[in-house]
Amino acid sequence: MAKEEGKIKIGDIVSGAVLAGLGVFIIVEARGWEYLGPDGPGPGFFPLWYGIAMVALSLLLVALSFVARGAEPGKAVNWREVANGLSAWAGLALCVGLLKVLGFLLGFGLFVFFLVAVIYRQPLRTAVAVSVGMAVGFYLLFPLALKLELPVGMLGF
Amino acid sequence: MEIFGHLLQGFGVAITPINLFWCFVGCFLGTVIGILPGIGPAATIAVLLPLTFKIEPTGAVIMLAGIYYGAKYGGSTTSILLNVPGESSSVVTCLDGYQMAKRGRGGPALGIAAIASFIAGTLGVIGLTLLAPPLAKFALAFSAPEYFALMSFGLAMVVLLAGESFVKALLGMLVGLWLAGMGIDLFTATSRFTFGSPDLLDGIDFVVVAIGVFALGEVLVNMESREGGQMLPVPKGLRNLLPTWQDLKDCRFAFLNGSVTGFIIGVLPGAGATIASFITYGIEKAVSRHPEKFGTGVPEGVAAPEAANNSDAGGALVPTLALGIPGSGTMAILLAAFILWGLKPGPFLFYDNPQFVWGLIASMYIGNVMLLVLNLPLVPVFAQILRLPSYMLFPGIFGISIVGVFSVSTSLFDVWMLAGFGLLGYMMRRLDYPAAPLILGFVLGDSVERSLRQSLMMSQGDLSILVSRPLSASMLILTALVLIVPLFRKANAWRLKAAG
Repeated sequence: MAKEEGKIKIGDIVSGAVLAGLGVFIIVEARGWEYLGPDGPGPGFFPLWYGIAMVALSLLLVALSFVARGAEPGKAVNWREVANGLSAWAGLALCVGLLKVLGFLLGFGLFVFFLVAVIYRQPLRTAVAVSVGMAVGFYLLFPLALKLELPVGMLGF
Repeated sequence: MEIFGHLLQGFGVAITPINLFWCFVGCFLGTVIGILPGIGPAATIAVLLPLTFKIEPTGAVIMLAGIYYGAKYGGSTTSILLNVPGESSSVVTCLDGYQMAKRGRGGPALGIAAIASFIAGTLGVIGLTLLAPPLAKFALAFSAPEYFALMSFGLAMVVLLAGESFVKALLGMLVGLWLAGMGIDLFTATSRFTFGSPDLLDGIDFVVVAIGVFALGEVLVNMESREGGQMLPVPKGLRNLLPTWQDLKDCRFAFLNGSVTGFIIGVLPGAGATIASFITYGIEKAVSRHPEKFGTGVPEGVAAPEAANNSDAGGALVPTLALGIPGSGTMAILLAAFILWGLKPGPFLFYDNPQFVWGLIASMYIGNVMLLVLNLPLVPVFAQILRLPSYMLFPGIFGISIVGVFSVSTSLFDVWMLAGFGLLGYMMRRLDYPAAPLILGFVLGDSVERSLRQSLMMSQGDLSILVSRPLSASMLILTALVLIVPLFRKANAWRLKAAG
């Protein structure tokens, strides 16, 4: 259990550190803009204050996660589930990257194939049928029926 | 009397064939997508929002409102048949709804949910009709300092959207403020946080943030597990869906309790339908002659939370329309949609766009009738969606999200941003950061900064303008109280825990 608690707190500590970094970045950027001019507050006024608040709250989050360590039962992290979620996202990112080259029809079709075959571990025949059916269905519905524009690849579709 | 005149005009707008059509489409799509477990009203609206951009604003908002309460109706179906809440506010419905279904009374449970939703939804809209206009009239006296105080109060609602961690909610809200500040500063034309990218000069499109954080984040979490639930049989035929006379008699207080409590809680920004459903269930159990039977499949246990869940919709629209303060993530998305159509939610909406606002309110009366007619006979048909395997459902939602974002701007950069916000939404869920505060910060960020800077321009940099005017001072005190009281409560809880 102690190991699981550690994992949850590490999440808070890492996210707190990232947000503190973001807060520092906001403060540094805001200091480069006018804070108070003759007409009133400048573009740096508001970001400076929420940047400071972000740093303070992030540090508080990190401090609280040390203070609360062991005080509350932690949740177990199922890394297999997390891997599924992140793999699906990686597939999405790859699909977006391919849209410019392959266009929506092929790029999205490949993405659906990946989700069905790899993430959901369905038979190859099912994966092919779902990916082809869905890509063609989207193409018929959006560009053809609703006249909505979709990303077009080098092949012209 | 003036209100009824406006409402009649609103019906004139709402019952035009085209607006009736959009209302029907919204109710239908909302119910269909709302049935999907894990996809709540906020995600449903976010995914379907781009579809409304080609429609004129009144028709578009009528459709969106239909999607909103359609999704609320649909949420109960999975609770009753699968024991999986379609959204967080349907969690309580599982307690007695699923037990009724297990005992072969799934039909009457679905029927009671639909009837409760209809009664409470209609009473909620009556409350909205009567309460929103006087509130808007009062807010007409506001100047920049009062607006700043009001928007700060809106941001303070983050406390009520906080969930487990107040600090994480505040951090989420600050990230929302930062995202809202990206692009060209309208006062000085300075570009802020654009990282040298011309694509960011106009700021980030709200649709990208909403679909990414809400819809894709939820879908990615749902994709973690490959297993689906075991669905109980869906009764066929209207007769098998209708509750008995005794059921309705048993539920009469639950209908009223859910309607009134749900509406009041809905008006309070940040409280939300989930709290409303839990409170009404608690009240129902407390006043019941047989509280021990709750949780074993009593119809009141379905009627009360479902009524609260739907009455809340009318209540939540009161501060959204009259003051421009969204009380929940869903309302924040609706509010942003109004802004995208060039409308300015807040007190002037009732005076500048009466046709729009009264058309919307009137359409909600019609939408509730449509939903009852749709839901009673068609629940068995809608429930078949649940038989669709998740390996077909979730890729479909990814596709709709990509098409939705690309169709708005025809920019691949925005699709990249969508993927980025999808990852952010997923990480937030995994690390227990609530998503609604980020949306709240994003939607209100621009208004807060603008009203603050306008106030300080009026006073030539003197901050006392914010506290020297009675109305803004009162609202800022209220804001401080909203922020401080939960901290005291939490500190007290820690103290008691440490003591014993």
